[in-house]
Amino acid sequence: MAIVQQIIFIAALGVTAWLIFQRIGIIGKTIRLGKDEDRTDQPGRRLSIMMRVAFGQKKMFDRPLIGFLHFAVYAGFILINIEVLEIVLDGILGTHRIFAGPLGGFYRILIGFFELLALGVLVSCTIFLIRRSVLKVERFQPARHREMNGWPQLDGKLILVFEIVLMIAILTMNAADSALQNLGSAHYPPAGEFLVSQWLKPLVSGWSENALIAYERIAWWIHILGIFVFAVYLTYSKHLHIALAFPNTYFSRLEPKGEMKNMPEITQEVKIMLGLETQTGDAAVPERFGAKDVADLSWKNLMDAYSCTECGRCTTACPANITGKKLSPRKIMMDTRDRLEDVGRIMLANKGEFVNDNKSLLGDYIIEEEILACTTCNACVQECPVLINPLDIILQLRRHKVMDEAHAPGSWNMMFQNLDTNQAPWKFSPGDRFNWASALADSDAGNNSTQS
Amino acid sequence: MSETAYRVPTMAEMAANNETPEVLFWVGCAGSFDDRYKKVTVAFVKILNSAGVKFAVLGTEESCTGDPARRAGNEFTFQMLAMSNIQVLDMYNVEKIVTACPHCFNTLKNEYPALGGNYEVLHHSEYLQQLIDAGRVRLQGGEVFKGKKITFHDSCYLGRANDVYEAPRHVLEALDADLVEMKRCRTKGLCCGAGGGQMFKEPEPGKKDVNIERIEEALQTGADTIAVACPFCMVMMTDGVKNKEKEQSVKVYDLAELIAQAKGL
Repeated sequence: MAIVQQIIFIAALGVTAWLIFQRIGIIGKTIRLGKDEDRTDQPGRRLSIMMRVAFGQKKMFDRPLIGFLHFAVYAGFILINIEVLEIVLDGILGTHRIFAGPLGGFYRILIGFFELLALGVLVSCTIFLIRRSVLKVERFQPARHREMNGWPQLDGKLILVFEIVLMIAILTMNAADSALQNLGSAHYPPAGEFLVSQWLKPLVSGWSENALIAYERIAWWIHILGIFVFAVYLTYSKHLHIALAFPNTYFSRLEPKGEMKNMPEITQEVKIMLGLETQTGDAAVPERFGAKDVADLSWKNLMDAYSCTECGRCTTACPANITGKKLSPRKIMMDTRDRLEDVGRIMLANKGEFVNDNKSLLGDYIIEEEILACTTCNACVQECPVLINPLDIILQLRRHKVMDEAHAPGSWNMMFQNLDTNQAPWKFSPGDRFNWASALADSDAGNNSTQS
Repeated sequence: MSETAYRVPTMAEMAANNETPEVLFWVGCAGSFDDRYKKVTVAFVKILNSAGVKFAVLGTEESCTGDPARRAGNEFTFQMLAMSNIQVLDMYNVEKIVTACPHCFNTLKNEYPALGGNYEVLHHSEYLQQLIDAGRVRLQGGEVFKGKKITFHDSCYLGRANDVYEAPRHVLEALDADLVEMKRCRTKGLCCGAGGGQMFKEPEPGKKDVNIERIEEALQTGADTIAVACPFCMVMMTDGVKNKEKEQSVKVYDLAELIAQAKGL
């Protein structure tokens, strides 16, 4: 019987590892579709940002209560993995609580600590689930935010239910285990009562040894298979952020937020037009200006998309969204990921090669009205707890719309024309630019400025 | 003040006299052409004069920095303007620039280096703070603003874009007024709605204009003066006040205007 369990376990572990490996492969491949961008300078500063923002979750504590609850889930998730190591070893070797012997009395303390974390995760996830389902937090409501319709809303709740089930399984499993120890059951050597699960023992009091063994085994399997399914599910879900938050913060932008990326491919042409340079040979004309599809964005924009956990802090800070415009920075990130997932599926179906499906990020996922509504205020960039930059994507899409498609609102075209001819966005003569100074000659300058 | 002769030397005049200014005052398009913001330009020039700062302007040799074109996606026009400006600035060996426009400030400071233009660039809030700290601008008495409530509206291109939050507040504190904050301020400050090229087009359909959302918040503070530090914010906040029919009781001023008023300039 034990050997059958071992074989099933090893098979499940193998399938899980294979599935995750496949997913990492395709996610990595789609991220690498993006353009090169060097984000390896200043490693010390980058490491410090990652430690503070991802590891220390600095920005989550902007809202202290939510920050604390989220930290409880995060700490539980990281540390309980040490116990998963024991479970995996037990599963492969057919042992039971393999660490109990070597660790002696410390084992009980360790498991007690994990149980405390598990309780923290259980309580936090329950509160989160209530917040999402009952309290109707505005930024999660599909009625107000169309990008939350369907799967994203379900995804957010599913993961919480998952965690709750896993934590209940581990706590009740320990309670049954402890009861079996009391009965002197052969397979359950004394490891002691644990900090939290001892209070759950009354639930199984009076159960027969066989019933307890059955429950302990079922809970053990639910817990570990749950973790395997969770790990695979994660790669399809918004919860990928638990892994990508680290590289995503490490490779975040270090320049001032106001600085837009330069387009050096245009500089040479401008220099020739201004007579600063003479045409040497045939200048390489870029095939496309700005970004129309995911492959035109940088790899970091694409990693941003996979790192987004759809919390919507960006969208609730966005002035365009607050005032009812179609733009939602969260939707920009979700659309970018949706497009990447679609591209990944096409690649998988065609031996790793992308085959044109006549769709593009701009047009089929994100529409012009959204990107035009942006005030470039950087509120979304400021808000993101994992340093995602939706603005960078918006501006690259705008560049495509305006330069490549030559499609801009009429009043912007007027503005461009004024800039080209008068060097000012309004229709004033460049010769009048210094006229304001004449007001200073008047004694009462403030009330005497000329009307135009 | 009629006896005071204010001087606005140009870089060309300075160069002709073999002189070098301490700082170039970059006026910007709004500061040059917009009737409301020309008053800010004049106020700032008066302050520079009274502080004895040796400054100069480019006059008709100045062009738009290209910010609105770049934000609207037109990189060609941006780079054309930027390169021309860099040529002019380098011709005069300009090293230090001050401007009253956060958009010019951001572009000159952060985006010209990639095109070969490297200057020390300050926003006028930072420069005013330096003048106050150095004792070159003294505000005595403080009768003008005593007991007045002032709220400061953060400009995105000063605040989040460049992390300048404290300089404008230090300048306002020098007025001895009662500085009150809006609910959304500093890193959380709400945009006026004009950045990113929005100044030059109609907003997309929605349920409200951004400046109305912001002015409601500003009015909630009970301030009688809304201080701004950006020509676009000035337009949006002023329109907001008009929309709420509060022009009589609530005034929108730039930092430089408030300092000039306090000094009786």
